[in-house]
Amino acid sequence: MDATDQKRLLREMLFARRFEERCAEAYHERQIGGFLHLYPGEEACAIGVLEKARTGYDYVVTGYRDHIHALKSGMDPKALMAELFGKEAGCSKGRGGSMHLFDPDVHFMGGYALVGGPFPLAAGFAKAIQLRGGQEISICFLGDGANNQGTFHETMNMASLWKLPVLFICENNLYGIGTAIERSTVEINQYKRVAPYGIEAAQCDGQDIDIVMSHAEKAVNYVREQRKPYFLELMTYRLRGHSMSDSGAYRSKEEVEEWAQRDPIGIYKRRLVEAGVVTEEEFHAMDKSIQDEIENEVVRYAMECPEPRVEDVARYVYTEGGNNHG
Amino acid sequence: MAELMYWQGILRAHDEEMARDPLVFAMGEDIGVAGGTYKATSGLFAKYGEHRVVDTPISENSYTGIGVGAAMVGARPIVEIMSVNFAWLAMDQLMNNAAKIHYMSGGRIRCPFVMRVPGGTAHQLGAQHSARMEKVFMGISGLRVVTPATPRDAYGLLKSAVRSDDPVVIIEHESMYNLKGEVPDEEFFTPLEGVEIMRPGKDVSIFAYNISVHWALDAAQKLASEYGIDAEVIDLRALKPLDRAGIAASVRKTHRAIIVEEDEAPVGVGSEVMAIINEECFFDLDAAPVRVHALDVPIPYNHRLEKAAIPNAGDVVAAVKKMFGR
Repeated sequence: MDATDQKRLLREMLFARRFEERCAEAYHERQIGGFLHLYPGEEACAIGVLEKARTGYDYVVTGYRDHIHALKSGMDPKALMAELFGKEAGCSKGRGGSMHLFDPDVHFMGGYALVGGPFPLAAGFAKAIQLRGGQEISICFLGDGANNQGTFHETMNMASLWKLPVLFICENNLYGIGTAIERSTVEINQYKRVAPYGIEAAQCDGQDIDIVMSHAEKAVNYVREQRKPYFLELMTYRLRGHSMSDSGAYRSKEEVEEWAQRDPIGIYKRRLVEAGVVTEEEFHAMDKSIQDEIENEVVRYAMECPEPRVEDVARYVYTEGGNNHG
Repeated sequence: MAELMYWQGILRAHDEEMARDPLVFAMGEDIGVAGGTYKATSGLFAKYGEHRVVDTPISENSYTGIGVGAAMVGARPIVEIMSVNFAWLAMDQLMNNAAKIHYMSGGRIRCPFVMRVPGGTAHQLGAQHSARMEKVFMGISGLRVVTPATPRDAYGLLKSAVRSDDPVVIIEHESMYNLKGEVPDEEFFTPLEGVEIMRPGKDVSIFAYNISVHWALDAAQKLASEYGIDAEVIDLRALKPLDRAGIAASVRKTHRAIIVEEDEAPVGVGSEVMAIINEECFFDLDAAPVRVHALDVPIPYNHRLEKAAIPNAGDVVAAVKKMFGR
């Protein structure tokens, strides 16, 4: 990877961080409502994996902590922020919200609030790809908590049985909402849980984007060439609460601090500074330009664009012409 | 015009649609090699192969979700649930994903998903194989729900459902798969909305759907020959959306209404139709509308108890007689 791409990746991770922090501010200012699940600490996962996929071509699906997967898939940050502000110009026309981002134009298939719900959807995209004889793959990002749902086991079985091209990415952040993995799950190494289904799997550090990309490249190639599922577990940590209403009582400050030392942006920045790819001054300038862009372009756009018309509340329940046929 | 059995109408619709569009495919338990519990997919496995006539493991929620996912990216699945009772297990994918995806994506993602479920009570199958779930499906925004009463509509509704871009649940009936009826030889489509007048009449409107249409027709014949009462029998056919105008038009003509359902009364089709009559044409009524319905009990095994729990043509006759003070 050349220096230009390395700097771009660093910028993408920093953009993701600043975007989420700005969302938190807007939430406190009540410009964003509902539930808000933010991604700081986990940026190397979505950005590292999708760097090695063909975004806009491969299908991507995830749970409710979905902002950064959408961005890296190619969604316009203005459409994303407008959605969070509930605006008509939002990626889901203000009908979805933070947990329900969609951009089928770039094959970002959503944002879902039911834990484990996207497993079969991802397999379904792969089923359609298989029927069409396409070369796309389906990529499903979910947390460790989703693996205790029946859909995990049912989907692994069918995806393997029917040789569906799905890459399952497990973002293992050690907690299912506020319950530690060892208190909810017998086998804490998630990648071992797909072995009975005959699915190839690996586990790696999810904080170091170079490690993530190296594993993701193998995984993506495997699924694309072998046309069967693969499971990659990324060990990561969310530095903020599960959502904006999180007591934090389930984990210690020391633990959070320890993981903050392994912040994916810090790790990558130090590496690029040491290699002479970027200087401290350049990093600060990058940060400033990101924050300016988010404030002056993204947030301003979201604030200024109009809300949906109330008279359109029943629009989109059915498709236009859903009763037509022939 | 050929005389076909109900299952043959369903089979013909599958075959025509699968021959026309390679992205139409069928999934379900025992539908392929075994030919389908009710023969509705018999012969298709040999003709279209295992990728398009998919025998699934017994994992209702996830194979439903795989169908939903495939539909979201352009395939047209026909998912068979072996017994409507098992659809409870698939409710998450049906309700949270299939029904809502078009709305919550602001109309950007379509879900042309079809679920076929044999509903109703058959003969001594017990409480867990005798569910009637129409009240559940018709309570979910975003779904279309249709119920064929004849071989003609078993064919025509499946044809329309496959072509619709909305998710459609088709409630068939375990006791009607061998019912015979005329089906035109040329291709046709039964609308997914609107009632059908099965027998015109002037004295009382009997609203029914699915198997209860036959009870109503039997009752109407007896009412005419023995009591000189000219009943109009209306097949509601589409339970969601219900045809408010069609219901009101019949009541405005006859000024009396009976609603016949195989389901229990609370929160059911009858209560909904009665509410529509109340809202649309209260002042046209000459008598309070009456519901004929199942008892609010889990369906018992014993054949006498089972019979007592479910209404029949005699109950319809009795209700009409009472309404007319005979």
